Amino acid sequence: MSDILVSEQSAAGASGRPSGRLLEVDDLRVEFRTRDGVAKVINGVTYHVDAGETLAVLGESGSGKSVTAQTIMGILDTPPGFVTGGQVRFHGKDMLAMPFEERRRIRGEGIAMIFQDALSALNPVFTVGFQIAEQFRVRRGMSRSDAKKRAIEMLDQVKIPNAKGRYSSYPHQFSGGMRQRAMIAMSLALDPEVLIADEPTTALDVTVQAQIMDLLAELQRERQMGLILITHDLGVVADVADRIAVMYAGRIVEEANVYDLYAKPAHPYTMGLINSIPRLDEKGQQLRTIKGLPPNLMNIPPGCPFNPRCPMAQPVCREKVPPLLQVGSGRASACHFAEELVNRD
Amino acid sequence: MTENILEVRDLVKHYPVTRGVVFKKTIGHVKAVDGVSFELRAGETLGVVGESGCGKSTLARVLMNLEKPTGGSVHYKGQDISKLSGPALRRLRRQIQLVMQDPYTSLNPRMTVGDLIGEPFEIHPEVAPKASRRDKVKELLDLVGLNPEHIHRYPHQFSGGQRQRIGIARALALRPEIIVCDEPVSALDVSIQAQVMNLLEKLQVEFGLSYVFIAHDLSVVRHLSDRVAVMYLGKIAEIGTEDEIYERPTHPYTQALLSAVPVPDPTVRENKAIIRLSGDVPSPVSPPSGCRFRTRCWKAQDVCAEQVPLLEIRPGSDHPSACHFAERREIVHTHEA
Repeated sequence: MSDILVSEQSAAGASGRPSGRLLEVDDLRVEFRTRDGVAKVINGVTYHVDAGETLAVLGESGSGKSVTAQTIMGILDTPPGFVTGGQVRFHGKDMLAMPFEERRRIRGEGIAMIFQDALSALNPVFTVGFQIAEQFRVRRGMSRSDAKKRAIEMLDQVKIPNAKGRYSSYPHQFSGGMRQRAMIAMSLALDPEVLIADEPTTALDVTVQAQIMDLLAELQRERQMGLILITHDLGVVADVADRIAVMYAGRIVEEANVYDLYAKPAHPYTMGLINSIPRLDEKGQQLRTIKGLPPNLMNIPPGCPFNPRCPMAQPVCREKVPPLLQVGSGRASACHFAEELVNRD
Repeated sequence: MTENILEVRDLVKHYPVTRGVVFKKTIGHVKAVDGVSFELRAGETLGVVGESGCGKSTLARVLMNLEKPTGGSVHYKGQDISKLSGPALRRLRRQIQLVMQDPYTSLNPRMTVGDLIGEPFEIHPEVAPKASRRDKVKELLDLVGLNPEHIHRYPHQFSGGQRQRIGIARALALRPEIIVCDEPVSALDVSIQAQVMNLLEKLQVEFGLSYVFIAHDLSVVRHLSDRVAVMYLGKIAEIGTEDEIYERPTHPYTQALLSAVPVPDPTVRENKAIIRLSGDVPSPVSPPSGCRFRTRCWKAQDVCAEQVPLLEIRPGSDHPSACHFAERREIVHTHEA
């Protein structure tokens, strides 16, 4: 069970939304069956997000952070992807066991998602406004004119200037930042309780990134949404996250609140990541790198998947997979030497 | 003072925008690079930062002589490179090499690593006689941290970071003096990015290379650069040493850019003052009159629309800035690591 983690209940409980565990991923396992073999992409991922809380899922490419999100949304390509175990519970109900129609109702209204590349996520042959209004017509049964009115309101909420005039623009007529705003408008149209943002600002310039992250934070506060922010950017995470789950080779290797994680990482991989980024506010540092490459998911090394790259690896690391266990209060690490890492000065 | 190995003066590169199929009519110009001047000193790294569309990649192409400039000049050791042709140009190309951004599309998938890295020797046989090429390639592989045994492998058998190393080995093959790096680490994962950055630093020391390091990531640029030029819409907004730009920026655009960079330290997030820029970068086809940044600038006055601010040292500052109201402002609180 996910109760290994005792996270602080956020203040969100007081809001109008039902409090408590909103979305829980429990021991999720996904594999990709390809001609070349079976890639074990997700190997027991457990995390949750509460109302009003921002969970950052941090990981490099191939760590399984996006596949987890796709599985939650039910948009995993099957084949080659297959869920081989675990649950995804929304308000306590397992979505993976639901009938298709019930699950469809949760998409958009319960959980919505925004993607990295807004240009390919939006349909190029329909206007931006139409794509937003469509949801009101199909899901809420509104008339064309009402749906249009609501869509313009949504564009206005995400601060697209001249929303009325922009309603009938096509995605290619928007700049990158505006497209991302339009996608946010689309995802929030049905007022979801959880928003999954998969690398929402990776394709954007830094000044635009700041605008979009602000907008997301503001909308989240207003609506008391649970936000799952999937990213590889340690800077963005430090700015907005409440809690962080670090993924490596399809596992959560560390979970902690944002302050603990940066101050004292409890997993050598997290420590390596933090040490290997150049910082704007530091000079003269030699970057300490993580040696080697992430493992091939068709052939994950026995024991701890990080052991071939780990500076602390001992014989036990090659034999036993370290479980994600609680270390200290409200944090967990999947390292045999987590206690030593946390207790060092 | 060290010698200038590259001198760029008033460099302009415009691309015509045409309309019509049979009777093409030029209806405007994309002013990708519009009057850029700087020099590169021997052995230093000049960082060029800016957002997409600011002309930094066009600048790389012109420096490489892959595009002829519309105006201005690029002098390599006193020679104007855009005026060279034939054997003289070929000799010059040995000295300036390029590392590209995307290691997935910049390597021919049908060539082995040996062929890819050895190809420069085909064009410049004087560097390595045929018999010694294989050894040279192996030496290069070893130098960039790849296994020399992998000489017969194809690019798809390597990861992104390893491919970027192949790209670097290829750029190094002819022992150039200058390497233009166009976003060399932006496609790589965090842990791999650091490996490649350390490699670039190591090679610079070993071979006395000069880098023009083009990137959008301000932290990466600070880490590698001795001097930094900040570009906006085809012009340099501010140029100076790493300290001057990061600790004492005077141009509002530089200040906004620096303030927007997320710092990987949650303890500073409460007291961080981000300068919010509204809107997007204007189109380079019809840039704003006067100062190009004025449409997004909080300091803009009438004079900004009328007069183009020159890139010059302003009162109270120690480095050139292209702003009528240049003023020091501390954005980044630097500490020694």
